[in-house]
Amino acid sequence: MTDVIVIGAGVVGCAVARELARFELRVAVLEKSCDVAEGATKSNSAIVHAGFDAKPGSHKARFNVAGNALFEPLCRELGVPFQRNASLVVAFCPEEVSTLEELKARGETNGVPGLRIAGRDGARALEPNIGREVCAALVAPTGGICCPYELTFRLAESAAANGVAFCFSCGARSVSRRGDAWLVEAEDGRTFEARAVVNAAGLYADVFNNQVSAEKLTVRPRRGEYLMIDKRYAGTFRQTVFQVPTAMGKGVLVSPTVDGTLIVGPTAEEIGDKTDTRTTTAGLAKIRLSVERVWNGFPSSGVIATFAGLRAHGDRGDFVLGEPADAPGFFNAAAIESPGLTAAPALGVWLAEQVADKLGAARRKEFSGGSSHWPQFRSMNAAERSAAIARDPAYGRIVCRCESVSEAEIRAAIRCRIGARTLDGVKRRTRAGMGRCQGGFCAPRIVEILCEELGMAPEQVTKFGGGSWLLAPTHDARQATRVGPPAGSESLVASPSLSHD
Amino acid sequence: MSERAITCIGCPMGCRLAVRLTAGNEVDAVDGAGCGRGAVYARQECVCPTRMVTTLVHVAGRRAPLSVKTTRPVPKERVFDCLKAIHQSEPAAPVRIGDVIVKDVCGTGVDVVATMSTEENG
Amino acid sequence: MTDLDVLIIGGGPAGLAAAVAARKAGCENLLLLERDEALGGILQQCIHTGFGLHVFKEELTGPEYARRFIDQVHALRIPVQCGTMVLEVTREREVTAVSPAHGLQQFRARAIVLAMGCRERTRGALMIPGGRPAGVYTAGTAQRFVNMEGWMPGRRVVILGSGDIGLIMARRMTFEGAKVLACVELMPFSSGLTRNVVQCLDDYGIPLMLSHTVTEIHGRERVEGVTVAEVDAKRQPLPGTEQRFDCDTLLLSVGLIPENELSKSAGVELSPVTSGPVVDDALQTSVPGIFACGNVLHVHDLVDNVSEEAALAGRDAAEFARAVNAQRPDSGAEAMRVRDGAGVRGVVPQAVHAAKPACDLALTFRPAAVYRDASVVVRIDGAEVSRRKHRILTPGEMVKVSVPKAELLRHVRGKELTVEVAP
Repeated sequence: MTDVIVIGAGVVGCAVARELARFELRVAVLEKSCDVAEGATKSNSAIVHAGFDAKPGSHKARFNVAGNALFEPLCRELGVPFQRNASLVVAFCPEEVSTLEELKARGETNGVPGLRIAGRDGARALEPNIGREVCAALVAPTGGICCPYELTFRLAESAAANGVAFCFSCGARSVSRRGDAWLVEAEDGRTFEARAVVNAAGLYADVFNNQVSAEKLTVRPRRGEYLMIDKRYAGTFRQTVFQVPTAMGKGVLVSPTVDGTLIVGPTAEEIGDKTDTRTTTAGLAKIRLSVERVWNGFPSSGVIATFAGLRAHGDRGDFVLGEPADAPGFFNAAAIESPGLTAAPALGVWLAEQVADKLGAARRKEFSGGSSHWPQFRSMNAAERSAAIARDPAYGRIVCRCESVSEAEIRAAIRCRIGARTLDGVKRRTRAGMGRCQGGFCAPRIVEILCEELGMAPEQVTKFGGGSWLLAPTHDARQATRVGPPAGSESLVASPSLSHD
Repeated sequence: MSERAITCIGCPMGCRLAVRLTAGNEVDAVDGAGCGRGAVYARQECVCPTRMVTTLVHVAGRRAPLSVKTTRPVPKERVFDCLKAIHQSEPAAPVRIGDVIVKDVCGTGVDVVATMSTEENG
Repeated sequence: MTDLDVLIIGGGPAGLAAAVAARKAGCENLLLLERDEALGGILQQCIHTGFGLHVFKEELTGPEYARRFIDQVHALRIPVQCGTMVLEVTREREVTAVSPAHGLQQFRARAIVLAMGCRERTRGALMIPGGRPAGVYTAGTAQRFVNMEGWMPGRRVVILGSGDIGLIMARRMTFEGAKVLACVELMPFSSGLTRNVVQCLDDYGIPLMLSHTVTEIHGRERVEGVTVAEVDAKRQPLPGTEQRFDCDTLLLSVGLIPENELSKSAGVELSPVTSGPVVDDALQTSVPGIFACGNVLHVHDLVDNVSEEAALAGRDAAEFARAVNAQRPDSGAEAMRVRDGAGVRGVVPQAVHAAKPACDLALTFRPAAVYRDASVVVRIDGAEVSRRKHRILTPGEMVKVSVPKAELLRHVRGKELTVEVAP
């Protein structure tokens, strides 16, 4: 039997898993997709919020501020990018300025350090390209930006390095009590038993909560659409720039990303379908209209990608955390919408402590915090590049020209513990395919490398698992030469401590 | 007498041709051709249209396909038969540019040749 | 640091022709760098015919056309390095490149020829709404998959964009066993060669839907269909005209963009019209000693024109490298500015040194719209120096205009040359 099952390998699930790995516990993470970060984790604004937005006294406020403080050291430990670039909330007219005062007061109540209000000139000095009608801006120096999926991948790697088992393509279907333990049944019929369960199931957290507790929860998808802007516009904005919510709604933000691109969005739309991540004509148009105030002359020709993510919006107005009174040993990390990413490190720590306490687990003596790393060609200087190529010639073959990603990194991304199995898996671990040509140049090469590394036939390679096949079987007379037998299901990343049933 | 407007595909100029046809569907006159081949093309196209066929074949033991072409255009209505026949062949390496891959494809009298070599280096 | 007389970046048709010309012009110390494993560039995947009619008086496939130049490169013993990616070019003409075989290399060249070609506009840039399923490919990437990897991107295809790549892929996909349902084109005319509309669409009964666009992509994991709608005069979708095509693949042929990241790193001035470097009649960019040719300069339709243009660039680069003061001999004289007149877009070159023209001036441009029975007129400071009638002018076909040497000499102190389309 396992000690703890974590349902969901998003940023919260992986953060909890990694923290649980500090204790003498056998931990398994069940994930319905074939990779980490396949839900909201990969489709948000990547902002590490300062914490002035959340309602004082709420879990959101507490864990936002705590998570913000943990973010920098965590990212450093894991070797993933983080920039404390500061956040601005800009007001474009006097009514909006009073909202800035409210936000400042709220932030101070929440314990957010360094908040101040800058006037028009101050705002302009901070952001020379800010919309010309700017009146004032709330400055939050502790705001930051990160790469949420790279963080999640490294959290998972670190967890796995410390004994956590990950089961992909293993979606939980039901959770029920079996004596003293919890029984988790997966969609494919497999069953898992554990002494505790952490519910980090994103949009479906309500499903599992409602199976075990009378304290019902409803999670509704709230869709947000985004635009990504070419990195040739890098530097247009340095801070993360929010607009003051008006009667018209919450305006869109503009933020640099840690990759040098800019992100614009999101919209906010209540929808019914938990799988509907489509972008819409209306949504994309709304963004372009709304961003004009902040970015005069916004260059539509600079858009390189659009996407949408679904917030897990709960009906209780706050994160739902910890054990329901009637379900001891079942720990919710539910209704995690913004500031969920920011809160994740702190949620991880808190939940792990709650679980370990419940199970009476001691801390491990050995815990290796970082994760196995491969150096990135694009970040190396000339001497480092020469040395890397001398050690491994595959560093000398650039596969993704737009983002300067070498073949060595792509192979490493496939070979690591929580290795990529799909085109998107490679993309999110290396950035290959995320540049302005959006994989047009590198996709054939990445498919070839996936086939070689995993012994797959080209028809088996997918964009992100399931039915997302990339290539149709070729003509009879033209079967591509196969490299070994077709790969099996990409479900289990083996770990010695996992046993089923 | 009838008129038919066609575009010459003899070269990328794509001259717009006006073809006058007799009642017996014979080409009486061709107008608009930028060069001599336009008239030839027009006559051919109205009487027995032909097309060049380019496609790919699998080379035994190799992943990368080999590009091939018919040495001359084949009758347009035989194109798919020819493709089928060409796709049956699986030549062995090495193949040199110009090597005949299929002789007299589908009895058209036209050969299919390799347009690249398998042993390539920059 | 390796010193070179001429360094050519790109081993596609432009780079190959430039290399051959540079060598024939007497350049001893030259090198061609190519990032793919073999030479030929985009021609490797253009297995259809239509190449070489002007240059070789034969109609060849892309690989055959490339082979003619590759053979010349070998015969002339021009040093080539494949599998090598250029990372940076500086104003001082220092080039950093990387390859598995040679590691990181630094070169310093007396002259550089930029021949990096172009990339394709993507779905993201078009902001087509809908899911983000597998099965959306740019036509060029699909072409690489089919023609070079031997893999089929899909089975039931809709193509957005009637540029040449889209048209060629309509036929290619059909030949290799897929069903192509339609070619959807935003404009009221095709942007590809007319011969391609005939022999890639008409021949196979594939409808060309002009003034239409794709308004949504359906499917969560794999493309399941697309919605196509008619557009109005402002290219906006007309409500009520939507129709759905069930398909598993959407190919995009919606524009080529010269790939000028390296040019930018060298501080080369780019034209907002062509997205390629601003050049003079020697094809020299705003940075002395850096020349540009082929699709990186402006997107071409015919490879024969690329080879012609590249030969000029190669020759001029060799001459520059040889020149004593590393300057163009008459660079002291003020160049004539070239302007796009009515009906004309993206004239190349954008500047002319009329004082010592080496040959007749070759200008190229794209018509801004479709014109029938119109004339292309060249004026220098208002005076007409060339006029030629064309039965048809269309944006899909690049137009060549020649201004005789004698005319240039007659207008040596000319300030402005315009090219326009007149009725």
